[in-house]
Amino acid sequence: MSGKNSFEPRIIGFLCRWCSYQGADLAGTSRRHYPPNMVPVRVMCSGRVDPTFVLKAIADGADGVLICGCHPGDCHYQSGNFNAMRRYPLLMKALEQFGIEKERVRLEWISASESEKFALVVKEMTETVRRLGPLEWNRRLFQEGQRKT
Amino acid sequence: MITLTINDRRLQVQEGTTVLQAAKGAGIQIPTLCYHEALAPYGACRMCLVEVVAGGRLGLSASCAYPAQEGLVVRTDSSRVLKARRMVAELLLARCPNVPEIQTLAQEMGIERPRFHIEDEKCTLCGLCVRTCEEIAGVSAINFIQRGTEREVTTPFAVPSEACITCGACAMVCPTGAIVIEGAEEIKHRELRLGPAKAIHVPFLQAVPKAPLIDAGQCIHFRTGKCGVCERFCLSNAIDYEMEDEEVEIEVGAIILATGFEPFDCSRVAQYGYGRLPNVISGLEFERMCNAGGPTGGKVVLEDGRSPESVAIFHCVGSRDENYNEYCSRVCCMYSLKFAHLVREKTGSKVYELYIDMRAFGKGYEEFYKRLLMEDVIFIRGKGAEVTDVAETPEEQGKLIVKCEDTLLGIVRRIPVDMVILSAGLEPRQDAAEVARLFGINRSKDGFFLERHPKLAPVETASDGVFVAGACQGPKDIPDSVAQGAAAAAGALALIDLGKVEIEPITALIDEAICSGCKICIGLCPYTAIEFVCRDTTGIAQVKEALCKGCGICVAACPAGAATQRGYTTQQIYGEMEGALLAEARG
Repeated sequence: MSGKNSFEPRIIGFLCRWCSYQGADLAGTSRRHYPPNMVPVRVMCSGRVDPTFVLKAIADGADGVLICGCHPGDCHYQSGNFNAMRRYPLLMKALEQFGIEKERVRLEWISASESEKFALVVKEMTETVRRLGPLEWNRRLFQEGQRKT
Repeated sequence: MITLTINDRRLQVQEGTTVLQAAKGAGIQIPTLCYHEALAPYGACRMCLVEVVAGGRLGLSASCAYPAQEGLVVRTDSSRVLKARRMVAELLLARCPNVPEIQTLAQEMGIERPRFHIEDEKCTLCGLCVRTCEEIAGVSAINFIQRGTEREVTTPFAVPSEACITCGACAMVCPTGAIVIEGAEEIKHRELRLGPAKAIHVPFLQAVPKAPLIDAGQCIHFRTGKCGVCERFCLSNAIDYEMEDEEVEIEVGAIILATGFEPFDCSRVAQYGYGRLPNVISGLEFERMCNAGGPTGGKVVLEDGRSPESVAIFHCVGSRDENYNEYCSRVCCMYSLKFAHLVREKTGSKVYELYIDMRAFGKGYEEFYKRLLMEDVIFIRGKGAEVTDVAETPEEQGKLIVKCEDTLLGIVRRIPVDMVILSAGLEPRQDAAEVARLFGINRSKDGFFLERHPKLAPVETASDGVFVAGACQGPKDIPDSVAQGAAAAAGALALIDLGKVEIEPITALIDEAICSGCKICIGLCPYTAIEFVCRDTTGIAQVKEALCKGCGICVAACPAGAATQRGYTTQQIYGEMEGALLAEARG
């Protein structure tokens, strides 16, 4: 991570197993191009995404977090994505208080057939985070700890 | 039973039978004009006169209204009867000399020219229409007015009647065609724009079950409470007006979705003039036209009844077109080729096929295409651009002009034709989104139901036990639909035959030691898989594993961290993230 121009953001993506992960899979089999900056973490449902997962990812050094689920009403578990939908604004409020730009954490609905949208979202997300620059929360936490001691 | 004698034949009939019915039952012909099986006897026309010789009121009587009596002796062919009938026919012919039915009747009686003052009426005053309107339609919108020579059938004050329901029954029953219903085309509902259909009809020939249905909007019985003719005359008592749609709940172990497709609505492509220009028809309409049991009896005809001299068939209407659907509907090329063959076979007319690419991909399909090339079908590589009736040259007069680009010749062409057949593509059904939601399955980008895996699980869906088959999953032809249907049936049977259900291994678990019994998870679980059980001093939540589908919503919501998910524990997900970020940092 030498200069800002060569900054490659690190993004953790929580993808629900039924829609978004399938969409990502389809993006692969359809040979769609999207940046390799997002590392997918498969969960059974976007409702499984505990807000602490996002905080943990940031604490571990992620520059952005993407949460993807089925479209509202299409959840394989009937209402799981509604939980994600309700948790997201609360999480954003917490992040705001930490001083983290809200663009770094994004919630998207991607169905199993929307490989094009998946590729687009990852591309956009990568570009947005690249523009925002490194978050380096882990380094800042480390420095904070050192300053205090 | 009653015994009577007609023309020296002893007949036994049920009580309440009329002489006319008795004679008809024995095969003795009596001419009638105002008699109709569905109506009460009227005795207006006197065509059915017979002579009662003994056992009743002696003399000439109308047989339609004369009840059969014990010991009655009747003659239908005596000179007195024939003379009287001839007089009736002669009088009728004098009144209606130009009505074919009366002409035939008179001819049969040997009358050339009536001796009476000749008029030019169509109506014979038989009263069938008046009685039908009263007895069958139950609205009495028409009746006789005036008397004697002034007598005629009309609506009150001869103005359009508000009581009339334009059922058309009077026109249908009229033996001479004296009643014409204006705008009849509009009141009858038409079969696929091709021809009229009746209030009772079989929806289509391949319907399952293949039973006629009553269109309640058209049926007189449902509109006025009268009629009921079909019920009276149905030999197997199959008519039930009380029958209603009912919802039936069935418990099943597997579901196969085979909801099919909807044909593309050709009128959306305005430049093709479907619904606006005559003789521009959709593929389905042409198919119906070719059917021997269809509205044209299997003849390929134009709207004016002529046989077409040239026909253009447009491929890819609503398919492979970014304005409508991007996908290929798969079946249109082959059915268009079949149409070309049928048109050539039935009419011998010129056939133009306007195609983008010829997709003859199935078994024997390419061979069929080659055969058509030999059958003098003209293939033009280029999508039809427009159909118009604005002629520019004399030979285009009165024709439909097809504008297209012939990409092989590199020219723009104007082709005058008599008929244009639009090979409409296949679309997902309008309610596909609701159905998909109901069964918890996905739809692909084109709107058709999504299979679990395009190659490895082509009939299964994201929901266990729900299978898809046929065109609801994507456009496909009959062989493919049958194959997929068989596969789905086998998949469903395999589930049923097993007698057991495999359950999700990735279930939630609640640590009894940590759970504080806050019940947050219980309200969130979409499957009511979490129950509250009492322990010594407090209560705790417990997962019923057979019901748990493993979504992990409860795990994310548990404030105490008591809930975990097998295979997706918080530690495992943390580990995954740490690994990913560490590897990234190193890389």
